[in-house]
Amino acid sequence: MAMTVTLKVWRQAGPAAPGRLETYTATNVHPDMSFLEMLDVVNEDLIRAGQDPIAFDSDCREGICGSCGLVINGIPHGPDAGATTCQVHMRRFRNGDTITIEPFRARAFPVLKDLVVDRGAFDRIIAAGGYVSMNVGGAPDANAVPIPKDVADRAMDNAQCIGCGACVAVCKNAAAHLFTSAKIAHLGLLPQGEAERGRRVVQMVEQMDAEGFGSCSNEGECEAVCPKQISIASIARMNRDYLKAALGK
Amino acid sequence: MTLDSRVPGGPIAEKWDRRKFENKLVNPANRRKYEIIVVGTGLAGASAAASLGELGYKVKLFGIHDSPRRAHSIAAQGGINAAKNYRNDGDSIYRLFYDTVKGGDYRAREANVYRLAQVSVDIIDQCVAQGVPFAREYGGLLDNRSFGGAQVSRTFYARGQTGQQLLLGAYQSLMRQVDAGTVDLYPRREMLDLVVVGGQARGIVCRHLVTGELESHAGQAVLLCSGGYGTVFYLSTNAVNSNVTAAWRAHKRGAFFANPCFTQIHPTCIPVSGDHQSKLTLMSESLRNDGRVWVPKAPGDKRPPAQIPDADRDYYLERRYPSFGNLVPRDVASRAAKAVCDEGRGVGETGLSVYLDFADAIRRLGADTITARYGNLFDMYKRITDEDPYQVPMRIYPAVHYTMGGLWVDYTLLSTIPGLFVLGEANFSDHGANRLGASALMQGLADGYFVAPYTVANYLGGTATPPVSPEHDAFKEARAASQARIDQVLAVKGSRTIRQFHRAIGAICWDYVGMSRNEEGLQKAVTEIRRLREAFWQDVSVPGDRNNLNPALDYAGRVADYLEFAELLALDALERRESCGGHFREEFQTPDGEALRRDDQFSYVAAWEFQGVGARPALHKEPLVFEEVHPSQRSYK
Repeated sequence: MAMTVTLKVWRQAGPAAPGRLETYTATNVHPDMSFLEMLDVVNEDLIRAGQDPIAFDSDCREGICGSCGLVINGIPHGPDAGATTCQVHMRRFRNGDTITIEPFRARAFPVLKDLVVDRGAFDRIIAAGGYVSMNVGGAPDANAVPIPKDVADRAMDNAQCIGCGACVAVCKNAAAHLFTSAKIAHLGLLPQGEAERGRRVVQMVEQMDAEGFGSCSNEGECEAVCPKQISIASIARMNRDYLKAALGK
Repeated sequence: MTLDSRVPGGPIAEKWDRRKFENKLVNPANRRKYEIIVVGTGLAGASAAASLGELGYKVKLFGIHDSPRRAHSIAAQGGINAAKNYRNDGDSIYRLFYDTVKGGDYRAREANVYRLAQVSVDIIDQCVAQGVPFAREYGGLLDNRSFGGAQVSRTFYARGQTGQQLLLGAYQSLMRQVDAGTVDLYPRREMLDLVVVGGQARGIVCRHLVTGELESHAGQAVLLCSGGYGTVFYLSTNAVNSNVTAAWRAHKRGAFFANPCFTQIHPTCIPVSGDHQSKLTLMSESLRNDGRVWVPKAPGDKRPPAQIPDADRDYYLERRYPSFGNLVPRDVASRAAKAVCDEGRGVGETGLSVYLDFADAIRRLGADTITARYGNLFDMYKRITDEDPYQVPMRIYPAVHYTMGGLWVDYTLLSTIPGLFVLGEANFSDHGANRLGASALMQGLADGYFVAPYTVANYLGGTATPPVSPEHDAFKEARAASQARIDQVLAVKGSRTIRQFHRAIGAICWDYVGMSRNEEGLQKAVTEIRRLREAFWQDVSVPGDRNNLNPALDYAGRVADYLEFAELLALDALERRESCGGHFREEFQTPDGEALRRDDQFSYVAAWEFQGVGARPALHKEPLVFEEVHPSQRSYK
């Protein structure tokens, strides 16, 4: 059964241009459509009408690449818990609904156009220390170091982060603590990451601050919108590691 | 031109060691003088860039995404094979090699596959040392599972997100090199041309996807790691931005394209729900370990599945292939699903799906065990379809998933253009006519971590590469050609959207060059592709301008290339008058409907040389010689 919804979409021509919400009507919306497929259809209509289509990032459309990220009615990635924007389906909305669509806003995520933002700051945080320093060729046998299953599982819980930036977008301080701490926890839990644990946390936290992300005030909203449901326990762990490393210096 | 595969002599187990020993080396102090261009940031590109950076080369890495971490390798679910034999179940390098050659229906180059199996064990060591959190057992050692019909458990995995974890491992190593200053990152760049100077690949022209600026980058070697061409079918499990553009433009500059008709249709995907569909979602084939595939025995039986008694059900894979049952390889399972749907026995609203039923497994093992094994997949299925697979059987249908064909490379991964290496899914080399499950991740990382670092050194150490400036005439010419194509597509200002053309080319390919192909259909496909290409250049509507972030313009360029590439795809399928792996020609089948290979005539790699758009490309054949594995008819009965 086809629905009609009203969209209020953030349009902004470029990083320096002023932006505003524009109103569009999406007709013939099928409940089985994904949210981004609905936007595809709106864009097809805009192109046919000789107008500029709405720019947004998306790629895998199955919730793993982290490209897509829209604030839907005020919530990064929209109404479904544990889902990315591309995994939201139109059956979550009702005929006649008005839906507001905005980019992931943060000082460290400048808008490039419409709903597309620059999340390069995340790459620079990883470059500051989000790795194990080892070269190809020097690895011991994969089973040389046993790792208890629960430790490996917890590392995996954190390693699942897709780097989408929803945690930043929802935070009133635009803090990147959940993103940064997930990587620190993933590597810090494993014996392979132990050697650089102190150095890593200091460098990554300093980079996070340098990028202009805010500080954490423990609201927990990041955990609530994280499509991979990463726990804020990782932030506490990061803070502990940081204190330990900073005092030990 | 004779294709020289440059496979080293000697026993198969010693070829790679021999090659490595005979390779030329580059002195560590000289490496920073070499600039290497890597295009693509998936498993192959990220691992190659990281490894070459570690060795001290100056690397420039280009990708279309905002971050290298988003390349489509990230979406691989199931796992990665390695001949570790940690399970003591009889696996070995030779067995992995044998299974891969056989699984590829004897259309892969033996020596490449053997090397792949050899380095598979090093990949797992490398990834664990990087901190990849593979699944483990309570004893703390790595867990393995059997995957995709393998009779040994050699697949390593990280929940249903193995590709993600492997790519993040490679990405982290890469970012370490970015921090060290050996790798320069160029995100949101699309390669539009390969620049050939004096017969050597010496650089690329790319478009900055935010500013629209055309950039020239020169180097001593170019590594193309830009993935496959599955999105020529419009609907596939690939990411929506995956494309053939980089590979196709290299082809137009002289790189031969090999075996494009070898495409893989994955049997377990969520069926199409409507015209709005932008992509298809894969359900990991690990589901076939416990799910049973069936359709009603009678055509047109529209009863809900729960009301169809066992006697009226046809568990057709178990019936046709009693020894492998639901675990037959992908190509066999996909064709069987198409066959039952063609008989009118398909289920769901469209009749284009089959059941994958967990009721027996839930009865036998309990819902909790099924949740532990497949919980995330069941959730994903429910999210997309609004149906609960704990209560009703899943509905699945085959979808395009992977492309075995790609640019031709020799044993050292060098294409027919000196200095142009091709890695990962973008090359043709290791999977023959059909790829086995959990082998794509293995190949991407093998090429990037363990093959290219040696063979690129050999090339640079043994080749004179005089300095070339990005202002060389060849760069100017390539920039002008790219600019002209962009201007041309913007100038059409027609009435049909790019997506309409993409859908149309996809429909032609799916109907005539999909799971089942025949002479008449393929001829028709060639005609229709040409007609559609003409219509595109007369009637496409591309909004916006070129000096801006304009995703529609990027998309138009990719679809324009597909309209050229699709013709080669159909032509290759037409030329290969046999059935093998993912390529099923209806004219060539056994009396019981299985693929009929014709080794006497088609035991070769078809490598195509570009002769102009619309002109018939020149076919070059690399004969396949099997010294180790004797080709036989694949049987899973």
